[in-house]
Amino acid sequence: MTNSAMQQLYQQIILDHAKSRHGASPDELPPLAEAAAAADARGLHLTESHQVNTTCGDEVTVRMGVRADPDRADGDADGDAVIDELVWRGDGCSISMASASVLSDSVRGTTVAESRALLDTFREMLRSRGTIEPDEEVLGDAAAFGGVSRYPARVKCAMLAWVAFEAALLGP
Amino acid sequence: MTSSVPPSPRANARPLTDEEVDRIRNDFPILAQQVNGHPLNYLDSGATSQNPLSVMEAEQEFYEQRNAAVHRGAHTLAFGATETFEAARTTVAAFIGARDDEVVWTSNATEAVNLVAYSFSNASLGLGGAAARRFRLGAGDEIVVTEMEHHANLIPWQQLALRTGATLRFIPVLDDGTLDLAAAAGVVGPRTRVLAFTHASNVVGTVNPVDELVALARSVGALVLLDACQSVPHMPVDVAALDVDFAVFSGHKMLGPTGIGVLFGKYELLADMPPFLTGGSMITTVDMHTAEFLAPPQRFEAGTQRISQAIALAAAVDYLTETGMERIAAREAELGQRLVTGLTDIPGVRLLGPPLGVERIGLASFDLAGVHAHDVGQYLDEAGIAVRIGHHCAQPLHRRLGVTASTRASTYLYTTTDEVDQFLATLREVAPFFGVHS
Repeated sequence: MTNSAMQQLYQQIILDHAKSRHGASPDELPPLAEAAAAADARGLHLTESHQVNTTCGDEVTVRMGVRADPDRADGDADGDAVIDELVWRGDGCSISMASASVLSDSVRGTTVAESRALLDTFREMLRSRGTIEPDEEVLGDAAAFGGVSRYPARVKCAMLAWVAFEAALLGP
Repeated sequence: MTSSVPPSPRANARPLTDEEVDRIRNDFPILAQQVNGHPLNYLDSGATSQNPLSVMEAEQEFYEQRNAAVHRGAHTLAFGATETFEAARTTVAAFIGARDDEVVWTSNATEAVNLVAYSFSNASLGLGGAAARRFRLGAGDEIVVTEMEHHANLIPWQQLALRTGATLRFIPVLDDGTLDLAAAAGVVGPRTRVLAFTHASNVVGTVNPVDELVALARSVGALVLLDACQSVPHMPVDVAALDVDFAVFSGHKMLGPTGIGVLFGKYELLADMPPFLTGGSMITTVDMHTAEFLAPPQRFEAGTQRISQAIALAAAVDYLTETGMERIAAREAELGQRLVTGLTDIPGVRLLGPPLGVERIGLASFDLAGVHAHDVGQYLDEAGIAVRIGHHCAQPLHRRLGVTASTRASTYLYTTTDEVDQFLATLREVAPFFGVHS
């Protein structure tokens, strides 16, 4: 068979991220309360979300430490907080795992407002059914998921970790 | 490849030939289409089967010629509709060796299991009076299922246990995807009131020893419910000969439409069971505080029924009967073994379920090392091959086998050997594509 369609979907960047899984914890994450106390001592607010794709059972937990940055408190205090730490753990297809890996690379060190803007752009591209040409300048490695938008059944896979991230941002 | 396939364990009938399968395919217009530029290779009949023209025509003919409410109204059309509806029941009852009044229409097999569980639940609340006492469950009673159940034959029992205080226990599964029958004797005991198990596994394809399990249940006086969703469509099933108390199956897995399922129950049990759904069409006399119920099966068929679906299901049964269930079973057993032979020959594939030569229905699930099932399914779909990926509504079984998801290819009477071979050949490309080298 011709593999061009498959190569469009599974770009090398995706296959590489699916293998290397940046930011993934090799072990079970320590209990949240325990980790939160330790993070607190480092001046971080710890928050997490666990998401499951019920279609296939893929799952991912995103846990992150957010630091309120006094130097950048020039407006929306929440928006200026910095995502200082992010660790995830999951099990799933190459697209969901690669997407979690890219999320980790993309949002660590950015402000909450910047990461929200990236999330919106990423989601808009994925929902476009191939009509939006991804902007690599903005999306970086996340642009590699442009092919996924032509496969509506796989959009959930690509969004899984990002939805967890979004829920964690709203977290307790 | 054919030469390496051993004789089918179900070799008592002549399997459908490739030529016959080619002719059968003419009755299934949906199969003659291109998907992603390739001929559709539909290997997901375990999830839902396709409908032959005769089934769709039966449904259309009903709406064009006979549509009316059944079991009410005295006009000619209503009488004709009722007759056709009840004839459908007779057809389905005969197909499984049951009496007409032992066949209850449901929406699907899931509802059929829930019907039994909720009837027992109602009996446990005292409904149904003294006659229903035998169905009462409470603390100290046990419900036994197996570790290979579809969620449809697990969760209704979990919930029944939670409502009644009964305990849910299970017969474990061995590494090869068969039941641990030695352990079963320790699980099923004097406290066991219900034993519910699948006839054939929708994941590993195992055909369970019904006789042995029924004997075990009988020895302790437990009721038996058989999940026949993967057996009735694919092999001859005689519920009377199997001596099960209840059996459930779905129309859409046996060439019929969606929205119709069947509960078989021994009449003497149904007659003592309180209803699950209540309302119109299931009563004799009603006053503002009480109601008397009809005899089975109507007692369990509240509200307007799935009339056209039942009639279409009967057309599906006719199609299966004319083709010959023994011959279908023999054909699918061959395809099942062909799948096993091919899968075990592919580097990195771990077959779930019994090995080559052990009886299985015409399906096989597997794990491909280093490639998630969703990615396997995507690659196959690009080649026009439709398979099931995920946990197939059997999370505990997948957990037991040490995987979270698997890929399943499932066949039916319209599956060609070429399709099985094309699937196997395409599957070989998957690991290299994803850069996985075994």
